[in-house]
Amino acid sequence: MKNRGYYGNYGGAYLPEILISTFDELERAFETARDDPSFRQEYADLMASYSCRPTPLTFAENLTNLFGGAKIYIKREDLNHTGAHKANNVMGQGLLVKRMGKKRVIAETGAGQHGVATATMAAKFGFDCTIYMGEVDVMRQRPNVFWMEQLGAAVVPVTDGTRILKDAINEAFRDWVTNMETTHYVLGTACGPHPFPAMVSWFQSIIGMEARDQILKIEGKLPKRVYACVGGGSNAMGLFSGFMDDPVELVGVEAGGRGIDSGMHASRLCSRDASPGIAQGYKTYFLQNSDGQMKETHSIAAGLDYVGVSPILSHMHEKGKARFESATDKEVVEALKLTMQKEGIIPALESAHAFARAFLEVPSLSKDDVVIINQSGRGDKDIFTVADAFDDPKWKQFIIGKAKEYATPGNCSGVPIGN
Amino acid sequence: METYIKNRLKTKEILLMTHIVMGYPSFEDCHIIVKQMVDAGVDIMELQIPFSEPMADGPVILKANQTALERGSTVEKCFEFARQVAQEFSIPFFFMTYANIPYKYGMADFAARMAGINVKGAIVPDLPPEEGDEYIRAMSQNNLHPIYIFSPETSDHRLTYISSFASGFVYCLARKGVTGKDTNFSDDLTGYLSRCRRATRLPLAVGFGVKERKDVDYLKGKADIAVIGSQTIRVVEKSGPHAVGDFIGNILA
Repeated sequence: MKNRGYYGNYGGAYLPEILISTFDELERAFETARDDPSFRQEYADLMASYSCRPTPLTFAENLTNLFGGAKIYIKREDLNHTGAHKANNVMGQGLLVKRMGKKRVIAETGAGQHGVATATMAAKFGFDCTIYMGEVDVMRQRPNVFWMEQLGAAVVPVTDGTRILKDAINEAFRDWVTNMETTHYVLGTACGPHPFPAMVSWFQSIIGMEARDQILKIEGKLPKRVYACVGGGSNAMGLFSGFMDDPVELVGVEAGGRGIDSGMHASRLCSRDASPGIAQGYKTYFLQNSDGQMKETHSIAAGLDYVGVSPILSHMHEKGKARFESATDKEVVEALKLTMQKEGIIPALESAHAFARAFLEVPSLSKDDVVIINQSGRGDKDIFTVADAFDDPKWKQFIIGKAKEYATPGNCSGVPIGN
Repeated sequence: METYIKNRLKTKEILLMTHIVMGYPSFEDCHIIVKQMVDAGVDIMELQIPFSEPMADGPVILKANQTALERGSTVEKCFEFARQVAQEFSIPFFFMTYANIPYKYGMADFAARMAGINVKGAIVPDLPPEEGDEYIRAMSQNNLHPIYIFSPETSDHRLTYISSFASGFVYCLARKGVTGKDTNFSDDLTGYLSRCRRATRLPLAVGFGVKERKDVDYLKGKADIAVIGSQTIRVVEKSGPHAVGDFIGNILA
């Protein structure tokens, strides 16, 4: 542990002794790969041939006209293979796993996007794969569970603690301390012990680097502001990485849940409810009580429903290098509806947080200004949650009908057998 | 602490350290369990302050942590419980907890309060020496023992590095994995323990998977302290707090 990965007061590697040698190995593998130009090329080629990179930067003309302020561009991470920015990190770590000669990968997942991306990578590279997912998230993200299993992964519902993302991370660590010789833990976000925050941000920086080139090419100038939702913080770190040294305002949008005042949210940086702490192997702002016990979080978006946040973002928050805001569940659903109707684009509920905040701010910007919103993922996976939020009667009818079909013996909608 | 352990080892082949999660199943039951353990001949005890994210613990202790918190265990109540038992019983008590608990309390205040109630030191599995400057300083200023951990994955070089921060005794993990799973007590373990022995002059405690008499017997001559953790929680869950004395008695018989 020569470099413990601190960003100001945050980060570090608060590891049980049993994992120290595994992290030393991972850090060496990452640093060697990072310093090897052929590795970045191999990564870029893989992302181009397997995951549609570079992803487009889409001008949202109708939304721009509607709000009458800054020009709105959308960075289309939803067009990655598997439908989210998660692929950027997962494929990169997959290449590292090959270099380290390991044969099994494990991962945590909240919304299921990281789990699907990891299961996909494991299928492609021939690794065994186990995904840990909180029981609550298994319930609300069934389509992703289905796909993970079809891709060959074992999905383990986690029934401990609050049964969401943080509990899935704890369980993945428990697997890792038992199986580290054969197994790599593909952590899905820019959190956790060093080198994960640095490594995940490095892979995700492809988003911001592309977006910067694209906007300069299209508009001939830098954006005034860029918006990204913040759960663990990997898509935000990815987008922000492209503009760190530019006069661009970086805006992170956290889950406001039922409102900051309700206490039912997952806003670590923009609320006063979080404080510095140490858990899950790193130091950052956590939503915790005065004893240091983690609190329950709430968000309509499973992928933002997390007690901690990237230590790099905590540091940027303290230094004023990024601004953090929140969007409530209700605002998010409205923003999602509007984006679908005006642009024919379906953002994930997570990404819709960034849209909601941008929509509030763009009217007061000049028509000469440009903003970029990171659409970290596509919303198809959220069909059950969104249908509930819209209270769609036709969808309910369909589900009731489907349930009846399954409940009636011999009346399956599948291919008839034997005749 | 080293003197206490050496003196006890003059009359016993191996010492026994046991563990409870404070507030599980209840503070009243914890008090009964401590009394049963001390009366049955336990030499050292770990008092775990529950944490909501106990990363290094397996299912049994994980559940005990969660249940203790649900039933209202707090850091304040744990300090008060520890004060009572340390006053009532003459064996040394150690805290076991995760880094966030002393960090939120304030490392210096936490250590000073431990010293004030005669708790001898602490085991904090997610606070390696590299992250422990403030903790180590606070512990040393209060003459407390920061108990460090060796693992089978730890290199010889690192064993020596860790032992430079250790005092009291060193906790050797018998295997990888989390608490409460089975351990294969074999020649591999013997080889690893002799590596540990070469790396430090401090007494060696061995835990993880030690759950019955034959495990403790195996460790005699190879380690100074056998640590029983999850198994006593299982005994309490199955047969109640009053069954702990007989369980320990059988191991030491």
